[in-house]
Amino acid sequence: MQGQRGAMEPARLFLGILCASAALAASSLHQRPPQPEFLLQEPELELGESPSGSLWPLPRSLRILPRQLQLAPARFQLVHGPGSTAGPGCGLLQDAFRRYYEYIFGYSKWQNQGQRPLPAGTELLQLQVIIGSKDSECDNYPNITSNEACEYLIWYELFSLILLGLETFSQLVYEDDYGTFLINESEITDYPRFAHRGILLDTSRHFLPLKSILTNLDAMAFNKFNVLHWHVVDDHSFPYQSVTFPELSGKGSYSYDHVYTPTDVHLVIDYARLRGIRVIPEFDSPGHTQSWGKGQKDLLTPCFNGEHWSGSYGPVNPILNTTYHFMTDLFKEISGVFPDAYIHLGGDEVDFTCWKSNPDVTEFMKQQGFGIDYAKLESYYIQKILDIVSSANKGYIVWQEVFDKGVKIKPDTIVEVWISSLYTTELSRVTGAGFTTILAAPWYLDYISYGQDWKKYYSIEPLNFPGCEKQKKLVIGGEACLWGEFVDATNLTPRLWPRASAVGERLWSSENVTNIQDAYNRLVKHRCRMLRRGIAAEPLFVGYCDPEYRGR
Amino acid sequence: GPGPTACLSVGSASAFSRTAPPYQLLHSAPRPGRFRFGYARSSAVGPGCAVLDQAFARYWRLLRYAGPRAPGEGPEAAGAPWIYLTVCLLPAGLETFSQLIWRDEDGTFYLNKTDIVDFPRFAHRGLLLDTSRHYLPLRAILETLDVMAYNKFNVFHWHIVDDPSFPYESAAFPELSRKGAYNPATHVYTLNDVKLVIEYARLRGIRVISEFDTPGHTLSWGPGAPGLLTPCYAGSIPSGAYGPVNPILNTTYQFMTELFREVSTVFPDFYLHLGGDEVDFTCWRSNPKIQAFMQWMGFGQDYAKLESFYIQRLLNIVSSYGKGYVVWQEVFDNGVKVKPDTIIHVWRENAGPYQQEVARVTKAGYRALLSAPWYLNRISYGQDWQAAYQVEPLEFEGSPEQKALVIGGEACMWGEFVDVTNLTPRLWPRAGAIAERLWSNKTVRDLQDAYIRLADFRCTLLRRGIPAQPLFTGYCDAEYSGF
Repeated sequence: MQGQRGAMEPARLFLGILCASAALAASSLHQRPPQPEFLLQEPELELGESPSGSLWPLPRSLRILPRQLQLAPARFQLVHGPGSTAGPGCGLLQDAFRRYYEYIFGYSKWQNQGQRPLPAGTELLQLQVIIGSKDSECDNYPNITSNEACEYLIWYELFSLILLGLETFSQLVYEDDYGTFLINESEITDYPRFAHRGILLDTSRHFLPLKSILTNLDAMAFNKFNVLHWHVVDDHSFPYQSVTFPELSGKGSYSYDHVYTPTDVHLVIDYARLRGIRVIPEFDSPGHTQSWGKGQKDLLTPCFNGEHWSGSYGPVNPILNTTYHFMTDLFKEISGVFPDAYIHLGGDEVDFTCWKSNPDVTEFMKQQGFGIDYAKLESYYIQKILDIVSSANKGYIVWQEVFDKGVKIKPDTIVEVWISSLYTTELSRVTGAGFTTILAAPWYLDYISYGQDWKKYYSIEPLNFPGCEKQKKLVIGGEACLWGEFVDATNLTPRLWPRASAVGERLWSSENVTNIQDAYNRLVKHRCRMLRRGIAAEPLFVGYCDPEYRGR
Repeated sequence: GPGPTACLSVGSASAFSRTAPPYQLLHSAPRPGRFRFGYARSSAVGPGCAVLDQAFARYWRLLRYAGPRAPGEGPEAAGAPWIYLTVCLLPAGLETFSQLIWRDEDGTFYLNKTDIVDFPRFAHRGLLLDTSRHYLPLRAILETLDVMAYNKFNVFHWHIVDDPSFPYESAAFPELSRKGAYNPATHVYTLNDVKLVIEYARLRGIRVISEFDTPGHTLSWGPGAPGLLTPCYAGSIPSGAYGPVNPILNTTYQFMTELFREVSTVFPDFYLHLGGDEVDFTCWRSNPKIQAFMQWMGFGQDYAKLESFYIQRLLNIVSSYGKGYVVWQEVFDNGVKVKPDTIIHVWRENAGPYQQEVARVTKAGYRALLSAPWYLNRISYGQDWQAAYQVEPLEFEGSPEQKALVIGGEACMWGEFVDVTNLTPRLWPRAGAIAERLWSNKTVRDLQDAYIRLADFRCTLLRRGIPAQPLFTGYCDAEYSGF
């Protein structure tokens, strides 16, 4: 993307999106030694100015020059640059242009300003977006790829990165005291440190209305998150409306109002796509499936009390062929509905008590020669599920237990580490075994506490675990998880933002971006910007925004 | 004074009874369109009584948000054409009435024949909002007043100014907010705003007690009132920083006389909250003029005596305007001489068990107000409403006379981490647990029963447009949609 100044000589406003190899040397502005482990008892930070203004997350390299250019809302345009392989037919970019014009100018009273001629050479007239890729398929879904950063930047995430570049550009524009929009000449090189930057939302423990999900996709884009991990169903309710098995939500949802229809799901996926965000659905099994049982007879294991059925059900019944027929059909549908290359298959917290109580399961264990090792039964189940999903040409992500229990998984399986105790050891083990991994353990944002806990999330270094370089490369990112026990549409947004922003910067910016004071100065401003854009992000500490949140 | 007895009787000619309400279906009322609130012939007041007229209109609107209830024995064809509601405490009685209405699946409204005797256990059921650490737009305060009424809170403790900002626009000292507000154009409460809050509260049966906390917590006062705060010293020269209000200058007391003259008029409630908490003596100690004053007064090194000196004079000023006062517990702890009708506000969580403080305060014959276990700004993972609910305010060692001196309590939502983005879900329904503790009988302690009712009440709040957060997993028929 290039900015072009009006008239006379062109000014340099270069928002570069480059390969890792071509990145400018990081400027010295922000390289301070890493801070020691942060303690909450420390005195509160004093608000100050960051040399990087309000940028969040901080770009890879940044040089803000003193020269200011003005932007006139009536004249400034976001356009396709010369030689770009994308044009006005690219809906994704056209939408993004309109959206970011609104973010940049939409909140002031500029409509009432008179026309004021500007001295030549001081006005920025256009931001030209140039797509260099031959393969400029605007309607593709964002996707992840191999760990070759350069190729991935150019070929696969190019469109997502353009969107992120627009976000950075919009964060550079500011208003002076007279309401003039200004941008400094800047040189920026930017690309993410980690490819997988996710937010987990849980729509089973509480149903989240569509609008709530869409609002948070907006906020994710503002923070350069690129994966919505949609934990769509669980024990409590089954809001996903399946075309193949409509009874699942028909009987398993909280009510008829509490379902996501195929149209809803498609809307979420498309809304995310336009913001460079992938949607990875999670259909967790064999545990966490109580709500599935209501609409699918014989899917769950009947638990026994002595010789009789106790009246309750346990995990999915792994010994019946019908189970696997059902899963084949269900995952065939899911694979079609969700375009992402990955599906999250869960696999966490399987309680063996019910399986142990059931005489048919006991008999099956004997036949299979599993002895009394129920982890083998779980492996048996999981492997069949993995085969089903593989045959639908999807990759899969599983929670760490699947790896811990020694289930045989394909080499390209992504293991998500979530258990907070000893998670660094787990990262060593998982990557030591050659699996790619995603870190969620230190970022369970549903665990709230008093005070500025964003600092705790910010101070996490994902690669700080024993392992060689090759192992570190297997960490492809992380996720901030907002589980739904105590969260619904009433409190979701202020609980998630700006706390998740701390995770966003950790996953995007350089490893050495650890100055908590500088982060605080920028994050306070970033939070006010989110308020202006209609996101009810809660305050970090005492202070104010002008204007305050006006939604509702 | 103690609250008047309230009684609510729904159904014709029913006797007040303390027995369990008979769960009978009376008739299908109110029907939207035909149902009306009205004054009975025997009513002492009639149309023109603003509090009642407004409450009728408000609750008539709220009735349409009635939620589902398990139907009783099925609709009964014949029913009394009128409902008599004998209410001595309004609008709490109407709130109860509105909570009794339910709708069946066809949308018909029902009311079971019900006998209720209802009156509050404690007269002071307060909620503190802090508009200094973060400015709360007027609509956030008004919404909170609405929900307070739904929860039968009757005191809005408005901690209006503090160190970080001074949003109160004073007519006598306009510079205070001009220089002390976050933004003097947008982050202020004008006189009209304050009057609106007071009137809005009045119509909901809520008193507004303002707090102008001194001599500490006053940094934001300084820029607009030169000479008011104590200059701190580094060695023999002023450090440039300021401490608490300067207690040794006559100008300080002239200023307070004028300011509290205004405040006493603007806020009609008999009580003012005067603060008096957390006075840091470091700055006073550093100042040579204050050292000299201490010596001259014979206070030695006991700076609590200097604090008492200040508070004493402040109390005299406020008394002269015919006002009573509430102070934070330090004023009592430091042995300041206060008037017998002073209310001592117990807040410290970590200075030994708060129950001992309540015992000390009441033993000295003062009335006590409890907040220590109810700091709702302190959040934690899980269902912390249960801890707030299980507090028993009278569980301290003391005589029945002492217990009678506990006039109530306040839920406090301090503003360090709270503004308009998260206030409402953080406050509700957690504060509801405290509301029930202060209203209902001492014996009402069953957590399971409270959970069911509170979860249901939270859905009522959602239907009324209030984003009250969930207690635990589950759902409401109508989820919050008022983004």
